[in-house]
Amino acid sequence: MASDDVKLIGAWASPYVMRPRIALNLKGVEYEFLEEKFGSKSELLLKSNPVYKKIPVLLHGGKPICESLIIVQYIDEAWSGHSILPSDPYHRAVARFWGHYIDDKWFPALTGISRAPTDEAKKEAIEQVFAGLKFLEEVLEKSGAGKPFFGGDTIGYIDIALGCNLGWLRATEKLSGLTYLDESKTPLLVCWAEKFSAHEAVKCVMPETDKLVEFAQMLKAKFSAPPSK
Amino acid sequence: MGGDEEVKLYGMWASPAVRRVEWALKMKGVEYQYIEEDLAKKSHQLLEHNPINKQVPVLLHNGLPVLESLVIIEYIDETWKGNPILPIDPYQRASARFWATFAETKLLDGTKAIFLAQGEEKVKAIKKVEDTLKVLEEELRGKKFFGGESIGYLDIVLGWIALWLGVGEEVADYRVLDAIKFPKITSWIENFLHVDLIKENIPDRQHTLEFFHNFRRFGFAIPNK
Repeated sequence: MASDDVKLIGAWASPYVMRPRIALNLKGVEYEFLEEKFGSKSELLLKSNPVYKKIPVLLHGGKPICESLIIVQYIDEAWSGHSILPSDPYHRAVARFWGHYIDDKWFPALTGISRAPTDEAKKEAIEQVFAGLKFLEEVLEKSGAGKPFFGGDTIGYIDIALGCNLGWLRATEKLSGLTYLDESKTPLLVCWAEKFSAHEAVKCVMPETDKLVEFAQMLKAKFSAPPSK
Repeated sequence: MGGDEEVKLYGMWASPAVRRVEWALKMKGVEYQYIEEDLAKKSHQLLEHNPINKQVPVLLHNGLPVLESLVIIEYIDETWKGNPILPIDPYQRASARFWATFAETKLLDGTKAIFLAQGEEKVKAIKKVEDTLKVLEEELRGKKFFGGESIGYLDIVLGWIALWLGVGEEVADYRVLDAIKFPKITSWIENFLHVDLIKENIPDRQHTLEFFHNFRRFGFAIPNK
């Protein structure tokens, strides 16, 4: 295959950046990873994603593609090989639905826990996270049918959409003392999480939990420190 | 096609998310049974097919439920061949999807924020929506429709602007759709409303206005009985 010019603008700690990296790894596509420096945005990023100015951005032959799940679908469509989305329209729709759910409902609930202004709001956010995991456990049971991943024998779209959050989920567990991936509640997901994290295409891009904890503590200190004069 | 395909759409007449699914079905010439839901008293079928969000639209194809309007539109495009809704080229598809989600999060949610805001917050929310319209105005440059010469994915995703944005402006007492500031969007609205399948499938403005006046009055919640 002719070498495509493939670059990915991202950062090590971002779960969204992990998504296209896993997708590219699954397709066996070589790419240049352009790490953004924390606290500043490169000219290239601002030029490639003027609307959101956010990572990840995939640059394929110089053309920018933005928004992590849109990038994953693009990678699936632009390169042959491992299929990330299922082949039939109904299961594709199911996968896309859960991708939206994870991004629009579940992950905001997770990040909302630490940001909750009241105990009541915090409790609600925690309940939503657990409810979401319960839904996803059912999805895994139904679609997996005894298989290790949402995508069956191999990693698919829902695996990528959910799995990229495992680093921060584990970091949140360490910081809060609360266990979200609980074997007594969601045994299939616990098993899945281990297999996903150990997968060839994932392990090299999954950030270490301890490093994320350190990062979160640094962020907290930075944003709660009195403003410098 | 016909006999062995069972296509049902659970919807609510005033919902723009439901209309865009109908537009997609019409673009493909798919026959379907429309089931009007009373959102204050949701049917057990709706709740059974969409236990997660309990919302319309829900497309039921041969008994299998498809949820979320943007997901449903892609499903329709992939299931019924002919007259493609999304572009064929992967880069253009990514671009169409990008603008669709941009419009959903910045514009649609932005107008909802205006509905709920007051005073300074409302002014800020209006400015945000204007900024979003500027970006879309730019995206329409040199084109009759977002899809080119004829309507495509982005047109039906943004189609709510052609009626519901104006309705929202009247209900929440603000103005963003300025023909001088946004000449391309203004003419796009006119062209869009002239497309036969849209003309024949859009709710009456007065009824929609009344609906959203009441909706706002009752605090945006349709209480579930």
